[in-house]
Amino acid sequence: MAIVLDHVSYIYEKDTEMAAFALKDICLTIPDGQFIGLIGHTGSGKSTLVQHLNGLLAPTGGHIYYNGKDIHADGFDKKELRSRVGLVFQYPEHQLFEVDVFTDVCFGPKNLGLSRKETELRAFEALRQVGFPEEYFYQSPFDLSGGQKRRVAIAGVLAMKPDVLVLDEPTAGLDPKGRDEILDRIAALKAETGITVVLVSHSMEDIAKYVDRIIVMNRGSVLFDDVPAEVFRHDAELEAVGLAAPQMTYIMRTLRRRGMEVGTDVTTLEEAEREILRVLGK
Amino acid sequence: MLRDITLGQYYQTESVIHRLDPRVKLTGTILYIISLFLFNQFTGYLVAALFLCVVIRLSKVPFRYMVRGMKAILFLLLFTMAFNLFLTPGEPLVQFWKLTITREGLRISVFMAIRLTFLIIGSSVMTLTTTPNHLTDGMEKLMGPLKKVRVPVHEVSMMMSIALRFIPILMEETDKIMKAQIARGADFESGNLVKKAKAMVPLLVPLFISAFRRANDLAMAMEARCYQGGAGRTKMKPLQYARRDYLAYGVLIAYLLALMLMKYVGSFI
Repeated sequence: MAIVLDHVSYIYEKDTEMAAFALKDICLTIPDGQFIGLIGHTGSGKSTLVQHLNGLLAPTGGHIYYNGKDIHADGFDKKELRSRVGLVFQYPEHQLFEVDVFTDVCFGPKNLGLSRKETELRAFEALRQVGFPEEYFYQSPFDLSGGQKRRVAIAGVLAMKPDVLVLDEPTAGLDPKGRDEILDRIAALKAETGITVVLVSHSMEDIAKYVDRIIVMNRGSVLFDDVPAEVFRHDAELEAVGLAAPQMTYIMRTLRRRGMEVGTDVTTLEEAEREILRVLGK
Repeated sequence: MLRDITLGQYYQTESVIHRLDPRVKLTGTILYIISLFLFNQFTGYLVAALFLCVVIRLSKVPFRYMVRGMKAILFLLLFTMAFNLFLTPGEPLVQFWKLTITREGLRISVFMAIRLTFLIIGSSVMTLTTTPNHLTDGMEKLMGPLKKVRVPVHEVSMMMSIALRFIPILMEETDKIMKAQIARGADFESGNLVKKAKAMVPLLVPLFISAFRRANDLAMAMEARCYQGGAGRTKMKPLQYARRDYLAYGVLIAYLLALMLMKYVGSFI
């Protein structure tokens, strides 16, 4: 049970003077249950890549397999695929349209042809999963704050009960508190249900804490694909493509240069604290 | 998905026609369209065709871009032709069932088709060689005298340029919302007409909201820059006639004179 990308390429405006490569020969496997961070500078092809995962864009070269089946082969049920691979777009709150929050979240499961009872159960569960307060269930989604709107939009995708959840910059435009809340919710959901999560971001800080694998994209190609600690060792290359390792990694490296025997494979504040205390012998 | 629609289809290149003052191109296009209806001999069409060919050649825009605009009116063209062909009274040429094709009908329908074709290609030349901004600039300047009779010329042209500017933005937005709803299992393609219309709601509501939001933001940004309408407003690049523009006017007049001469000569034949 996995998504496999086999030499996938994508060209925008194919066959015109303005043709531009967005993806170049991408080979990836997304196995079940992983928490993956997809990172890259603006225009590196992240968003184009995630739109391939549920068949919204068809590659101009190569194949994509979901559970061993080519998703662009004749007779493949794309609707079914889209319920299995839930995609939350950038600024998802811009897609809200219903009269109240609850009905909006029901839109996804209703499209799957589920019974009314099942639809409402799922909507309720999804809203609970994103931590949306129950007293606002029947308010217009347009009266909510930005952070709450985003929760509703994410719930709208979660209500389809996907096996793979893909989030394209879910924290863009949120304040630090809203950002942490959303990311913590996603991590909790991952721990609770074992769902596969692909988190797109351009900030290492955001995702270092959560993911167990990082894919770095640059100009339409995969630059690194490894566990976070390995990826962060390449800080010079990361900086060359407009990214950076987390601040804690830099701090630990500086400490080491100044003669403190700390390990440098540290990405979060908590790990850094533990490591420093260990060296200080407390 | 919506990329195929081209509105305000400017073709970027360097040519004499591109560099002409938009006022010349606007008046030229209008005069050319009027000229198409001034004559009804083949000689006149020959002159009109020649003129158009020279202009297209000078503009350096590939011919297929001109023809692209024709696709949209193909139906209208055939419709007009059919009506003129069968419903014009006169000397019968071919007769079958209840339909009669007359000599006059054939003549008129062919003329009509040529006229419409030239008209569309003629105006395509203008939109292909002039940026929308330039076009509205030219219109504002041309309609300037109407200000005297209290027509809000500046406001109208400002609205036009904003509308033109928003077309690609809203197209992109439509594409994005459509994809987002498809990802939530929406289906825009299957079903009967009622079902299809209903399926548009999840697309149209967010689109309208975003259009209003953008309009609001733009209004705020304009106000923050002290926009007050046309009175006393100066331009960074005011339109100014150059030598080639006067030359172009000369060519235009020569074309019209040639046409009239043809008409005069033609009336003796």
